[in-house]
Amino acid sequence: MIPLSWYLILAAGLFSIGLFGVLARRNAVAILLGVELMLNAVNINLVAFWRYGDVTQMAGQVFAIIVFAVAAAEVAVGLALVISVYRRRNTVVAEELDLLKW
Amino acid sequence: MTAEQIIFLIVGAATLIAGFLVVTVRNLVHAALWLVATLFGVAIIYTLLNAGFLAVVQVVVYIGAIAILFIFAVMLTRRQAAETGASVNKNWWAGALMSVLTFAALALLLQSWSGFSKTASAVPSGFDAINQLGDALTSSAGYVLPFEVASVLLLAALVGAVYLAFNKK
Repeated sequence: MIPLSWYLILAAGLFSIGLFGVLARRNAVAILLGVELMLNAVNINLVAFWRYGDVTQMAGQVFAIIVFAVAAAEVAVGLALVISVYRRRNTVVAEELDLLKW
Repeated sequence: MTAEQIIFLIVGAATLIAGFLVVTVRNLVHAALWLVATLFGVAIIYTLLNAGFLAVVQVVVYIGAIAILFIFAVMLTRRQAAETGASVNKNWWAGALMSVLTFAALALLLQSWSGFSKTASAVPSGFDAINQLGDALTSSAGYVLPFEVASVLLLAALVGAVYLAFNKK
């Protein structure tokens, strides 16, 4: 049998890779790709805890399905924003979108 | 080492390598295709966890819809300058440090937890996960309210995405 620790370490690794993508990439679409990796890592954790806890309690799988729905909504709105920004400013590089000054 | 463990190690390593390529490869179409590979790996992980329905949803929703949406967005926003410039910003080392520290902190925290290396109990005979999941999502004692709220969220996202991406000219 596979111990729970393997799944948790895999999810932690995938989450860290996604975090690096969000923090380091310049292209806004690439940042959204990083967010997808992080959401998938969270889903692995949710399903692993469902399987290794009481399997008759479906909360883990239900949470994972809600995360699917939120991820789909997030990608649709996020990519629509990217396309809208590209039309107005002709760039999708996050550093060049400096309309807000501080 | 059992066959299950060998499958997990192969799939897990492939998933992590594909995920690493998603965030490092320069060409964004390639990055989106590596994302498809990562999502396939996660679907196999779901199957190993006896969550067959979620594996199917992962393939249909994530690979069939979200990854294809990414490829469309990359192709719609392509520009020569964005392709030739650096793919990471000048603070990428701080991002790398942050993600390594996050992984180390998570691993350390998990290792000190008593349930870290427990193994799964066998699924009770006659247990139908899909049936249970459907019951949980539609019964008022279960999760019918979050389920309905999710449908409203998807409708709002649909309207919002159409409004934002609509060309007003």
